[in-house]
Amino acid sequence: MATTQLTSISDHNFEQCLKCSICTVYCPVAAVNPAYPGPKQAGPDGERYRLKDPKFFDEALKLCLNCKRCEVACPSDVRIGDLIQQARMKHKSYRPKMRDMMLASTDLVGTMATMVAPITNFTLGLKPVKAVMHGVMAIDKHRTFPAYSQQKFEAWFNKNARDYQNTFAKHVSYFHGCYVNYNFPQLGKDFVTVMNAVGYGVHLLEKEKCCGVAMIANGMYNQARKQGEVNMASMRKSIDQQRPVLTTSSTCTFTMRDEYPELLGINNDGVRDNLSLATRFLFQLVDEGKIKLAFRPEFKMRIAYHTACHMQRMGWAIYSTELLRMIPGLELIELDQNCCGISGTYGFKKENYETSQAIGETLFADIEAAKPDYVSTDCETCKWQIEMSTSVKVLNPISILAQALDIDATRRLNSSEWHRMDA
Amino acid sequence: MNNKNNHYDVIVIGGGITGAGVARDCAMRGLSVLLLERFDYTNGATGRNHGLMHSGARYAVTDKESATECIEENMILRKIASHCVEETDGLFITLPEDDLGYQKTFVEACRAAGIRADIIDPAEARIMEPSVNPDLIGAVRVPDASIDPFRLTVANVVDAQLHGADSLNYHEVTELIISQNRVVGVKARDMYTGEVKEFYADVTINAAGIWGMLIARLAGITINMFPAKGALLIFGHRVNKMVINRCRKPANADILVPDDTVCVIGTTSDRVPIETVDDMRVTDEEVRVLLAEGEKLAPSLATTRILRGYAGVRPLVAADNDPSGRSISRGIVCLDHEERDGMAGFITIVGGKMMTYRLMAQIATDMACSKLGKNAVCETATTPLPGSEQQKPASGKQAFAINAAEGRHGTFASKIKYESDTDRAMVCECEGVSVAEIRYAVENQHVPNLVSLRRRTRVGMGTCQGKLCACRAASLLGRFSGNIAKAQCDLAQFLDERWKGVKPVAWGSALREAQLTATIYQGLCGLDKAIARKEDEK
Repeated sequence: MATTQLTSISDHNFEQCLKCSICTVYCPVAAVNPAYPGPKQAGPDGERYRLKDPKFFDEALKLCLNCKRCEVACPSDVRIGDLIQQARMKHKSYRPKMRDMMLASTDLVGTMATMVAPITNFTLGLKPVKAVMHGVMAIDKHRTFPAYSQQKFEAWFNKNARDYQNTFAKHVSYFHGCYVNYNFPQLGKDFVTVMNAVGYGVHLLEKEKCCGVAMIANGMYNQARKQGEVNMASMRKSIDQQRPVLTTSSTCTFTMRDEYPELLGINNDGVRDNLSLATRFLFQLVDEGKIKLAFRPEFKMRIAYHTACHMQRMGWAIYSTELLRMIPGLELIELDQNCCGISGTYGFKKENYETSQAIGETLFADIEAAKPDYVSTDCETCKWQIEMSTSVKVLNPISILAQALDIDATRRLNSSEWHRMDA
Repeated sequence: MNNKNNHYDVIVIGGGITGAGVARDCAMRGLSVLLLERFDYTNGATGRNHGLMHSGARYAVTDKESATECIEENMILRKIASHCVEETDGLFITLPEDDLGYQKTFVEACRAAGIRADIIDPAEARIMEPSVNPDLIGAVRVPDASIDPFRLTVANVVDAQLHGADSLNYHEVTELIISQNRVVGVKARDMYTGEVKEFYADVTINAAGIWGMLIARLAGITINMFPAKGALLIFGHRVNKMVINRCRKPANADILVPDDTVCVIGTTSDRVPIETVDDMRVTDEEVRVLLAEGEKLAPSLATTRILRGYAGVRPLVAADNDPSGRSISRGIVCLDHEERDGMAGFITIVGGKMMTYRLMAQIATDMACSKLGKNAVCETATTPLPGSEQQKPASGKQAFAINAAEGRHGTFASKIKYESDTDRAMVCECEGVSVAEIRYAVENQHVPNLVSLRRRTRVGMGTCQGKLCACRAASLLGRFSGNIAKAQCDLAQFLDERWKGVKPVAWGSALREAQLTATIYQGLCGLDKAIARKEDEK
């Protein structure tokens, strides 16, 4: 009888809450939107009432960004963000709207859009179209959809890169994510360049589905769970072949490592420890002396690094910043830890636009003041938000690395078989 | 005060549920009434029990009369006090160590007493109540429910006043004024000012629970009562949705009740000397028994945070012909002291249970009416209490605190005015108490201090036990009541009272919480030093 309670019904450590309210101080939404009661009340306080009667579920919980900054702040290890997401899953009274389904179904929409990318991009940029989306779909008119690529990353990879990956001695699998596949294949190409340079062959997973983060945010839990199971099965196969799985997106990584077991009940044992962000993987290899990097002497760049919320939750920003610091010509400014406000699909919704921009205000001002050549961050949705809200373009640390590396020299440093291959 | 001339038809001593019920019944029958309570309403056994609205099933086998009274009153309270009642239903479970044969006896006894009792399959019980011990071998569903004694009592007091009664809390009866073998009035001391006042009445009704024994002594009358201490533990949140009882002869710690945001396991039962009843403390042994037995009802209690422990005293009465107390009844005892002791104008109503308070009030009021030569019909069984005139609003789409207040005050919640952001601001975050609700309580519900405020609103009853809300509430209480001077001492007393309950269970999260509270109030705010300085000045 799976429903019987033997252990505490205190999911996500909610009883450990000491009501210290530190989480509310760190909540980016509570700071700008009085309609949101803050993580303490939405999480552990509200949970006691929801256990009494589900009618105490407060629709204001929709305003949570799921940034998990509350969890980072909590000194008692209460998983406040998970509590709030779980409450939304359990008690939601609304069905995902057409808009929410569209925003969440990144795979489906991405596939259709890339087929007719120039038309899609052109259309989505038109004022009348934006007005219709704003009015009918409630997608805010200020937003610019990330442009769709004409060629999916997977197609590029299969055509241009797949064949020579088996020539390497060591191998990884790449979970590219929807953004790389449909909108920005360049990041995937950069990843392949860097990994090949340090002696690793790159492979796609047998099957890759969207990690589901947007589906979780938009109430499509069953679909998210189905996709998660597909991803886990593919990753298990890859890990069985001694191929760790790498990503270039902090949010996809966080979702599959932590939200799968906590929120969706997906077992990711055996996968979690072998699923990592590329910057962390590379930093650890350099740190252990297993790979060496050679940089182009003429490379110069001033970078402001923005810690994405889920990056902060994982505690992994240090891997990206330390990796960037290895680049001799790179000047690194670490921005104060502030949420950019977009939180995936959240900021695209008309009702959240003002909150979203108010949250990001401090960060945008810091970026302008720092006058960097580029902002760097590990999250693609932060990139859209920052590029829309500031004058600065954003690069993933892997793309910066690809530009800074002396590829041939690095390859020589890391490949004992280089002479034979080159000859 | 409604009555200006200091003379009443009836004085009721004791602001527990019985006294409040008597005051209401008398007032509704057109008598002029004064209710006197030594501390706060519900300070005695009324505020220190399970909050269980018995179906009567617990007594069905051993005491059919009580069981019948319970089920009748249970059905009445659902109608007249709907805002105090949560219709949870209850299970009587049989565990492997219990005799399943008892179930048949139990169900037959329930049915004979008029209590619906449905045997259900253990598998069904596990689905119905996921927290129940999965090893159960039998289950019976009965119409138990949970009831809030604080709301129930205050609703009775408020309604008595609406019918013209006067009511004074923090007034201790120190003397019965006796003239020619007749109680003609009482002297009562204002616990705040020390002033002693005299009040006169044709009939004085002693409804002071276990303390009624001491009140009777003031008239030289002996009532044989046996104080029986019962200890209970409160958990930080609900684990169960239904009341869970053991299907066996009543014993220690065999009832788990979901009350508002928490759940309560109890009780123990031990005779204690009457001299100790003003300061009941939960012992380590009681905590051990409550947890050990509680886990058998719902295993998850073992890993659930405990908020605090508390203990009340049952006012059990020995029959007059049995001074040894061997045949103690839990039934209602109404004593006409004119007949029994030759003391006219004096009635004692005691025994019974919170469940049967209305019936007790009816019996006592009938007796008072006959003494006064008044012929009026009791209407308390059909007239809803204020707050319960309509069914609970099926609201939802509004702020947490407003929802919570509606649960607490029923239709009275409409009198809480949220006119500004400040009114809507949260004072107690655990229990969702707003500034507006505090103001409403202070202005309408006899709130001289924070302990009373807690009972009216649940402020400080949540998992932080007053850490965040106590100083906010003290400040608001001072402002709304115009007495800011005593706020600091009141705050210190309130926090001490909270600590008293936490101390028996001070481990794990409860201890961490208490330590943080101490750090804030003593370390950061210097509250203990401020109090010490005040005492020096005196």
